[in-house]
Amino acid sequence: MIGTGYFASVDEVVERLAEQGYLASAPVATTVFLADRLGRPLLVEGPAGVGKTELARAVSAATGSRLVRLQCYEGVDESRALYEWNHAKQLLRITAGRDEGWDRARADIFTEEYLLSRPLLTAISGDEPTVLLVDEVDKADVEIEGLLLEVLGDFQVTVPELGTIVAKRRPFTVLTSNATRDLSDALRRRCLFLHIDFPEPELERRIVRAKVPGVDEALTASVVAVVGALRAMDLRKAPSVAEAVDWARTLLALGADTLDEEVVRASLGVIVKHQDDITRVRDRLRLDEALDGAAS
Amino acid sequence: MTGAGLPERLVELVTALRGHGVTAGPSETVDAAAVAEVLGLADRERLREGLAAALLRRAGQRPVFDAVFDVCFPLGVGVPEGARERDRDLDDLRAELVAALAAEDAGGLARLAGIAVEAFGRYGSGSGGGFSAYEALEKVRPQTLLVRVLAETGGGRGDFTDRLERDEVRRRIEAFRAAVRTEARRRTAEARGRQRVLEHAVAPSADGVDFLVANREQLAELRRTIHPLSRRLATRLAARRRRANRGHIDIRRTLRRSLSTGGVPLRPAYRRRRPGRPEIVLVCDMSGSVAGFADFTMLLVQALRDQFSRVRVFGFIDTVDEITHLVHTGAADPEGLSARIHAEATLSTWDGHSDYGRAFRHFTERHAEAITAKTSLLILGDGRTNGGDPNLEALRAMVSPARHAHWLNPERRALWAGGDSEADRYAEVVPMHECRNTRQLTTLVGRLLPT
Repeated sequence: MIGTGYFASVDEVVERLAEQGYLASAPVATTVFLADRLGRPLLVEGPAGVGKTELARAVSAATGSRLVRLQCYEGVDESRALYEWNHAKQLLRITAGRDEGWDRARADIFTEEYLLSRPLLTAISGDEPTVLLVDEVDKADVEIEGLLLEVLGDFQVTVPELGTIVAKRRPFTVLTSNATRDLSDALRRRCLFLHIDFPEPELERRIVRAKVPGVDEALTASVVAVVGALRAMDLRKAPSVAEAVDWARTLLALGADTLDEEVVRASLGVIVKHQDDITRVRDRLRLDEALDGAAS
Repeated sequence: MTGAGLPERLVELVTALRGHGVTAGPSETVDAAAVAEVLGLADRERLREGLAAALLRRAGQRPVFDAVFDVCFPLGVGVPEGARERDRDLDDLRAELVAALAAEDAGGLARLAGIAVEAFGRYGSGSGGGFSAYEALEKVRPQTLLVRVLAETGGGRGDFTDRLERDEVRRRIEAFRAAVRTEARRRTAEARGRQRVLEHAVAPSADGVDFLVANREQLAELRRTIHPLSRRLATRLAARRRRANRGHIDIRRTLRRSLSTGGVPLRPAYRRRRPGRPEIVLVCDMSGSVAGFADFTMLLVQALRDQFSRVRVFGFIDTVDEITHLVHTGAADPEGLSARIHAEATLSTWDGHSDYGRAFRHFTERHAEAITAKTSLLILGDGRTNGGDPNLEALRAMVSPARHAHWLNPERRALWAGGDSEADRYAEVVPMHECRNTRQLTTLVGRLLPT
């Protein structure tokens, strides 16, 4: 069996992710199913806040497997991602066995007891079902990609002193990227590619209602319609699903049951995060004009 | 579709993708087959998503993939259901379309697209004939239905979102137009063979669009890619600088650090290098033929400005003028940029034909101080002097003080020697690069910009 074999069909993916509060669109569900069946890592790209990391979490919860997370950042290296020798413990061991010969000591200090495993090794070495999340892989340096190739291509890790450790059970692997840097083709071709875009209005309405219980249908529809219009507006930072949910929550807290100029103007900061964008949105939605009309 | 035909279809699909600049090797084809096996052929949309996951590597490749997929795995065969019955009346069709657009009835819109192509998009006959989305859309003119659709939906809720209704309806109409185009491609593929359609009727992805032939929408689409593009380039430049930082040991700091480890220099300290931020000078041909290209490059350099200590932009047609301030303020309104440059700067004294020789002479006379030993000089233009004197001397005088100089030419290399182009002679003075689309421009900018 090559794949991880968590799911039997695409519909089952949709159903079980929904139980965890993750409403998957058709592309997401299909690709998750394929990654599961073919045992390939899943490279997820898309704008911030569409639920890339959340997807890995939902899969791990839906399948009852542990989640191993490697958060990438500039300068993350082998000893943070893969494994490290526990130098302090090795030194103690050498000091403790003062009288023994070098050969015995050497045979002893390079064993698994002195190996600190980091996320990638942890994900591969365990027996239990595992979801490995390599988050924001585009933030890491190019060198790390080379490291990932062995892990993601063959699901094995080579430790020179110990030999090659092959995964007993393949982890379900998710890599996320915000595309700040172009990933190398070598890495891309080992993965299934999934671009999560902003959801269709219908799906987004369902997401908002699931995340914010208590918000009524009409208000949800208005929120999604406005957020959709803002996305078409060519802003510096288009509002994402996360922002739509936040906004719905804010409106609920403000006790608004319909959208009007007053409410939108007061809460615009929740969905639009740059001053230029706010100016542009006010302009386009004619917020100020409408206010003048009311004042005169 | 029979099972036996599937490998051939997949190979056809992958070959067509390659023809449109998507790099997919044999291993991707094998993946695609594995996907088809796991998913089965029952659900077309799932198959589409699955194949996309296996074959694509970048989000920008998706539109090309969708078009190719629709041709290789068509929705059906022959005249669509509902278009067969009788001769269609244009007014009836338009009325139905209004109702479907107002109700956001996806199935209805797809059916109407089929009818529109069958009834109004046919041209020619026999094996030479086909279906044209252009013809069909010209007859049906869905964009004129906006007001009627709005009257139908009526802004009924009296809600804040009503003011967004117009944009919303416009989006639906655009979706209908896309459906008509897809349908026309499918029917033509049936009539004239898939191969032909795959080669000619699939629009290239945004980064493959030729600057010189891009239409208005494509240019707008290109402008939208500027921000992500500049961000990627900036990261790449920054990473390169970081790498260049390693190497030289700072003795003083290493010794000081070694005090904490009893004088043994365990952790060497490296010398920090001041990142050299080059100045950049852009000299752009702004005449009509290459304006789209110049526009795009100016905006890109503008977006990258924090990577440089200074950016200066000059535009020319037959004389040269500084337009830095216009580009700087113009980033907010990229569409009007070109018009403002032409209105506010003196670029031409004659008839608006470019004269490179004269413009270069004026540059050396008036703006020679702009180019110093710290400058990277980029010249943009097709090198077509309209028969004028190329004035290689002036170009040499511009290039020689600069640290780096490059010429970006939006024309195909094969055309450089032809007609009134002096590109080949200019190329002897300054390295010239073919730069026809964003893909090439990105690679070039990444490579050319000094660290």
